[in-house]
Parts: sequence; C-alpha cells; structure tokens
Amino acid sequence: LFPKALGQLVAALGVRELHLALTQGFWRTQAWGQPPLQAPAGAELWVWFQPTVTDVDKAWKELSNILSGIFCASLNFIDSTNTVTPTASFKPLGLANGTDHHLLRYAVLPREVVCTENLTPWKKLLPCGSKAGLAVLLKAERLFHSSYHSQAVHIRPVCRDASCLAVSWELRQTLTVVFDTFSSGQGKKDWSLFKMFSRTLTDACPLASQSKVYVDISPKNKEKELLEVTPPPASIHEAIVQGDKRTYAVYDLLSPSLFNTSRSLNVQLKWKRPQDSSELPIPVLHAQRYVSGYGLQTGEISTLIYNTHPYRAFPVILLETVPWYLRLYVHTLTIVTKGKENKPSYIHYQPAQDRRRPHLLEMLIQLPASSVTKVTIQFERALLKWTEYPPDPNHGFYVSSSVLSALVPSVIAMKDVDVEHSPLFTSLFPSSDGSSYFVRLYTEPLLVNLPTPDFSMPYNVICLTCTVVAVCYGSFYNLLTRTFHVEEPSRGGLAKRLANIIRKFRGVPPL
Amino acid sequence: QLAVPVAVVFAPGSVPGDLPRPLPFRDVREMENSVNLRTSITSRYETVYRSTTAQEEAALDVATAREADAALRPLQDASLGCLTVFVVPETSSLLPQGISVYVGKHRSALVRAGGGLAALRTRLQQLTQVMSFTASSIATALSDRVPDGQLGPDARRHLKSSLGYEITFSLLTPDPKSHAVDWDIEDAVNRYVQPVLDKLSLVANFSVDSQILYYAVLGVTPRFDKESSSFLLSAHSLPHVINPVEARLGSSAASLYPVLNFLLYVPERSHSPLYIQDKDGAPVSTNAFHSPRWGGIMVYNVEAPVSSQASLPLHVDVDMVRVMEVFLAQLRLLFGLSREELPPEFLLESPGNEGLADWELDRLLWAHTVENVATVSTTLTSLAQLLDKIGNIVIKDDVASEVYRAVASAQSAMAKLATGHLYSAFQASKEAVTSSERAFFDPSLLHLLYFPDDQKFAIYIPLFLPMAVPILLSLAKIVREARQRKKEPTKMD
Repeated sequence: LFPKALGQLVAALGVRELHLALTQGFWRTQAWGQPPLQAPAGAELWVWFQPTVTDVDKAWKELSNILSGIFCASLNFIDSTNTVTPTASFKPLGLANGTDHHLLRYAVLPREVVCTENLTPWKKLLPCGSKAGLAVLLKAERLFHSSYHSQAVHIRPVCRDASCLAVSWELRQTLTVVFDTFSSGQGKKDWSLFKMFSRTLTDACPLASQSKVYVDISPKNKEKELLEVTPPPASIHEAIVQGDKRTYAVYDLLSPSLFNTSRSLNVQLKWKRPQDSSELPIPVLHAQRYVSGYGLQTGEISTLIYNTHPYRAFPVILLETVPWYLRLYVHTLTIVTKGKENKPSYIHYQPAQDRRRPHLLEMLIQLPASSVTKVTIQFERALLKWTEYPPDPNHGFYVSSSVLSALVPSVIAMKDVDVEHSPLFTSLFPSSDGSSYFVRLYTEPLLVNLPTPDFSMPYNVICLTCTVVAVCYGSFYNLLTRTFHVEEPSRGGLAKRLANIIRKFRGVPPL
Repeated sequence: QLAVPVAVVFAPGSVPGDLPRPLPFRDVREMENSVNLRTSITSRYETVYRSTTAQEEAALDVATAREADAALRPLQDASLGCLTVFVVPETSSLLPQGISVYVGKHRSALVRAGGGLAALRTRLQQLTQVMSFTASSIATALSDRVPDGQLGPDARRHLKSSLGYEITFSLLTPDPKSHAVDWDIEDAVNRYVQPVLDKLSLVANFSVDSQILYYAVLGVTPRFDKESSSFLLSAHSLPHVINPVEARLGSSAASLYPVLNFLLYVPERSHSPLYIQDKDGAPVSTNAFHSPRWGGIMVYNVEAPVSSQASLPLHVDVDMVRVMEVFLAQLRLLFGLSREELPPEFLLESPGNEGLADWELDRLLWAHTVENVATVSTTLTSLAQLLDKIGNIVIKDDVASEVYRAVASAQSAMAKLATGHLYSAFQASKEAVTSSERAFFDPSLLHLLYFPDDQKFAIYIPLFLPMAVPILLSLAKIVREARQRKKEPTKMD
C-alpha cells in the first residue's frame, strides 16, 4: 500500500523521518482555537536522516529536488540560504535511537503557493486514490474555496506492535481545511457534507482497515441539546484533546448498517438555538509576531507569547530563522515578561553568512502563568546585488514563521489511549504522560521591504546618453565645422506657395 | 573492426581429408559490411585449428551432448567473445539423428564431421552467425547511421544500451472490491528473475521494484464476444492501453536509468474473462503483449466463483510461475536476445534457469559495445559542432579532461574490439559513454550560451551612430572638396 515513489526515496537517500507541509493561509488561533496540526504558510520540509548517511547536505539537496518533482512544488529552491540545523526544536516523532542533530535539516519557503496541481499528486499517493473512501470528498474547487488549506505528508518509523520487535514505515497524509460556511451559507452556521464538498460519501475504501468520520459535538457550558447531527451517529467517542474534554459522534464507513437507509452518507449539523457569539476557549499558548520600525534601514522584530494558563508555568522553545539580508543584532535581544527581564535558560545562536546561511536563533524561555512575554530583536536591512532581486522586488521579502514548541500542561488529566483502538487520536495528539500535551505553534510570516533600486535605470541611462549625444554633439559639431555660403533668395519653395494659396483665400496680399 | 577468436578442435576420427596444412594451424577470414557511405564494419574471424587434448577426448566420451557440454566447460578458455567448436566423427552418437550442429550453453558447439573442409567452413560460418554477431545485428546497433530503408522492421525495437536499467513489476487491480489479489513478488523475483539479472549484471546494473496499484483501469473498453462469452481486446486497440496506465505508474524517483515496466492486470469482475486477440483474431495463448523499449503487460484472468453467493472480495493468489515465465520471455525480447531463424539441422540447448546462454550474452555485448562507441562519437561531434557555431562558450578544465578521457576510452575500445578482447572493450566503451555524457551535459556549458551578438549591437549603436553620422558626412565632404580642388587647377588653366 505504501506508494512506490516515496518508498524509493526513503530507501535511496537514507531518510529516517520526513515531514512536508504545503499551506495556504494562516491559522487564526484566537478566532478558531487551537489547531490540531499547524503548519507555517508556504512550504515546510524537515527531515531526519539515518546515521549511515555520510554527506547530509548532498542528500538534502537531492531530496528536495526529487520531492519538488513528485509534488509539483518548487521545493528545488531550498538550498543552503534557507536551510538550518536546529538543535533543540524538531525532535523525531517516530522511533529514534540517538538524536545527533547534525542529521536534521529544516527549511521553509514562505513564498510558495499551494494550488490544485499540488493536491493531485497528494491524492495519487493514497491507495484508493480519489475513487473510493473518504478521499471522494476531496474535490479541488471546493477545497481551495477556504480560509486555510494545508496538506501534509509525514513518514516515520513506528513499532509494528506493542512489543516493538519489528519496525515498519508509517505514512500519514493530513489535510486541514477551514471552511467559512458563515459567509457562504447565508449567515447560518449549519453545515453539511454536501454543502462543503459538493458530494457525499458512498462507500469505504476496500483496502482500509478503518474508515471513520468524527464530528465534534462537545457541549459548551454543560448544556445539552444545543445542536443536532443527522443521521444519528452509531456511537459516541469521548477524548481529551489538547487539555479539553471533547465528545465526538462517530460514523464508521465500514460498518454495513450505515448505508442501510440511504445509499450515501451526508452528515448534517443544525444549531437548535441561534448562537450570538461563538465562545471558543482561549488556547493556553498562542503567539503573535510583527515588524516595527520605520524607513528602509533598520527595524525590529517583536514576538508576543501569551500563556493563559491560570496557575502553571511552562517552558517554550522558540526557533527563529531570519534570512541573511536582515542582519540581526543579537546584543539588542531583550525578553520582557510582566515588566521584568526574563533570561532564557538555553540560547543557541548561529549568525548568518552572507549569501550562504541564514540566522538561527533558538531559545528556551520560561513562561510564567497568565503572562505575556515580549521578545524583541533589532535588525538592519542589507542592500542586495541587482541580480539577486526576485521578479517583483517591491512586493517585499518574506521572513519565515518562527516555531514555538512546548509541552503544555493540561487542565484535565489525560488517560492513556490504546493505539489500536483509536489510531487517529494517538497519532495526532500523542501524550507521553497524562498531564501535558505537545504543541507546536507557528507565528505569522513577516513581509519586509528591502531598499530596492530602480530597475529601469539602465534603459534610462542609455536613452539619455544617446539623446544627449545625438542632439548636442551633433549640433555642436555641425556648428563648429560647417562652412557657410551666401544663398540667392529663391523664387519660393513649397511652403511659400502654400502660404500664398491660403492668403488668396483669406483675401490678403501675397508674400 | 571486430575480431572473433574461434577455435576448431578436431576429435580423433573426424579430421577431414583435405586440410591445406597439418594441424595445428591458423586461418584468418575477413568480411566487410558497409553500414553507410562512410562507415563499414570489418569482421575478422581468427580461426585456430587443432586436435583434441586427452582431457577433451575424455569429456567427449559421454553419452549425450548436454553432458559433453557440461564436461567441456571447465576445460575451455572462458573469456568473453571466444567460440570453441568441437568436430566429432560422423559416426559419433553424441548428436542425435538428423542434427549435425549442437550449440551448447557455454560458448561451445559440437559439429558432426562430413564432407570436406569446405562443408566444414560453411557450417562454421553459419555457426558464427548464430553464436556471435551478424551483419544485421551490428547494423541494428548502429541504427542511427544506417539510411532508412535498409533496416528491417526489428531494427529500432531493442533497448538502447545504457549503464543500468530499472525493472518495475506492477500489479493492477481495477476492482479491489471484488478481488483481493495477493502476489508473492519478492520470492518470485529472487527465484526466477534474479538469476537472469545476475547473468546480465556484466552488461548493466539492474534494480528491481514492485508495486500494487488499485483502481487502475485500462484505457480501452473490451468488446464482448458472444461465441466464447468472453471479452476481447483486439490487437489494434493495444497501443491505446498503455497511455492512461502510465500516468499512475510513476517514474523512478531516485535514479536516471531507463525503466522497464512489467504489468500484471487482473480484470474487473464485470469484464472477466478477458483475452487478447492477435491480428488473425485468435486469442493469444499467453494473454500478454509487450511494447518495445517500454515493457510488457499480461492479463491474468480469475475464474468466477462457482456459486454466486461467494463473499466478495474473492481472495486470489497469483500463480507466479506462469507470470514469471511470460515476463522473462518478454525481458529477453526487449533486450533483443530472441532467436533468429536457425538453419536446418541445428539444435540449441535451452539455457535453463539462468535465462540466457553465454553466447547470447556475447551477442548482447557486441551490440552494446558498438552502440556505445557510435554514441560517443555522435556526442563528441555534436559538442564540437556546437563550439564551432557559438564561439563564446568557455570550456572548463574538467569538461576538457572528460572529453579527452572519452576520446581515449573510445579509441582503446575500438583497438580492443579489433583484437578480440570483448570484455575490456565493453568496459572501455562504457567509460567512454559516461565521460562523453558528463562533458556534454555539463551545466556550465549552458551558462554563457545566451549572449548573442545582436545584444552587443543594440547597446552600442544608439550611442555611436549619432556620433558617427556627422563625422562621416564631414569626411565625405572633405574628400569631395579635395577631389574638386585637384580638378580645379586643371580647369583654371
């Protein structure tokens, strides 16, 4: 079932873990709540290589080129100017023997656009393709009519069973889409599968061992009967997801009783009482980032990290990758929490080399409970060579999102869930111990203007010089070297004859 | 020039009467075939006639030809390209009745004596045509240079010579709801395909892959035939089958070698059973077809269950023996190892588990070596022509050294071909091809290609033309005045 293209890639290049995400849009944490799996805007690729790989950089370059061919994305622009080797942030998600961070490479292309030609190879990797099962719903024209679209491919080694005697490769493909039914659904918050995807589910993929649809019907404020789901679900599943107790209605496509009444499954959700405002719980950890300053020479990057937990403090790892043309001044790095300075317990800074390496800044910051932490650093903009500007230089240059990784303590204790019982929840929301869960957040990407030259200048120079030369030089030369003769007045040229004709019409004596 | 060393060994009692010189002696025969106006291939057959040694006599003393062949193998000079022919007496029982030539698995042959030296020589010539190269096989290898019309229909069918090949076995299941197909491909590859690939590893590197594709349909809807109550795919719709499938097959992600695809198609329940029809309308016995330079497709029909109440999906275990037989035969056809027409009274030993006999490998090596040398010369000639046309290109030092290396290897390959060392000639030709490709496709060559001369004109003319025009006009006026002044003294007079 594993697709051959990825299998060949993993075998040939000695890849241990691979995570590729292509995203369009930004997840608005304050409006939509905590994301299940977030990815930064653009293309993100991070790979752990096997310890047997000798030349990691060469393998990384080959890997990015081959992936750009498989996924029709321009990942071949990944080179040493946007690749970093984080030391603390991206720990392997699968089985790992040792973690020598020289085997890890991370790169983000914030300018990458995601469109239907990226979705098609993603769908081709699925065993049933888009012909059967849940993938039938994935029609490109509805999927891209959304506020946030992210597709990801994750490959990692996992234990085949509980005793972990054999290791097998797990390929996870995730698609996260945020539909705005409020604006497209005439102001009502009801949705259905048919309205969102313009088709319904008819059968399950015959190769799937599990095929389920989970609908979040968690009651808010302990009020029941606020919403109604049709058709009535066969079972209800309760799980603690990201510190919150949630209830899910489960539709199992493989169970024969589901398609007894109707041939297709169209899940609908109706709100019984009109909701005045949707109160989503504020996530425990969220962050913002922005650029301040004026002019085209200096500026300041500020990151605001919010910890809204009422009484628990926890540490967070902040990873910032800044391109080399924004020269960071590390001596201006300040971290302020509640008015007081906050010293990070671990800092790893790798300065940039012009045109070779970006800045890498990794810090472990302790966030006290119920606080806002502000991290600021000043930078200076560099002047690029005229061939290094992209085709639209006045659009600006992107700075990729910073990554926040944290083990957030959860308010409700989580219990260990069996892997086979609900593989979706254990892989999406893994919990090593019951009291905290792992969160990886991305901030906004920044758009920074660099001093841009006027690219029409060579043309202007040529025009001006040639005009000056042609007009002035020619006239001066003629004035200086022409010999003048006296001329007899001629009888009249053509102009004089025309003027005389007009004068005759006017009745004025001729010249 | 191609040389083939041949040794003719006479068993006691089989020496023909009319030998020009006593044994042992040497003989050289040359044949020239011209490929096109400027190229021609000379084949030299250097024949050594000698009598058998005691060990060889003991080896020939066995009951059947096959055992003789096996016994003779360790005694021979086993280098690539050589042929050994053993002449046995007319009354010998080694060769069955009616067969006068027996070709073994390992570069040796048994010929029944009879008639004089001339008859022996014709037999030898037929034998070398079979076991070594023929004029047409060499012409096929050089198919780029032969003018059209001289080549047969088989000319551009065989795979081009390359440093490696990737073989992909794919199982296509368009209907996974009805058939749950299982194939033990790993075991089948290890058992049946790997020995052939090991034998061919002299020629190129092989890597094998396999995959299962679901919901992959053929592009053609088969016709329903009422008489046999089966579905038929006619021969002229077969080329349309491959294209839609190829999009799903995927190309090799990690290497640049050409890919050979072998597909096994299990038809849907609504289209079972499915048979392929050849041009005469009869169903093909193996239910398979191959496309030159691409691969092969076989249709595997699953029997419908006896009772219609059988639970879907049906579990199907593919019979890998039948499938691998067909795929291996297609592999031989793709490489061009197929048997041409044999003269009568020839008996060929089947190659057994290894898939091909040693002399078939030699034929392949001859063709590939010649093709490699031709490719090298074409590449280097086009590189030279490119340099002539665009004078701006900067050739880096390593590109230049690759070119020198390619030329040296090609020359050594030709020299070794002329002396008959086939293996080292093949190695040299491979090196030559690698170096020439590396030199020709070097990315630094593209960099300065795009600086045409008219751009230089476009920049300088708007500046210098307005400056030059007044100067030229006044120069012209000066010349005119000078000429007038020269005329005036004569006029004034």
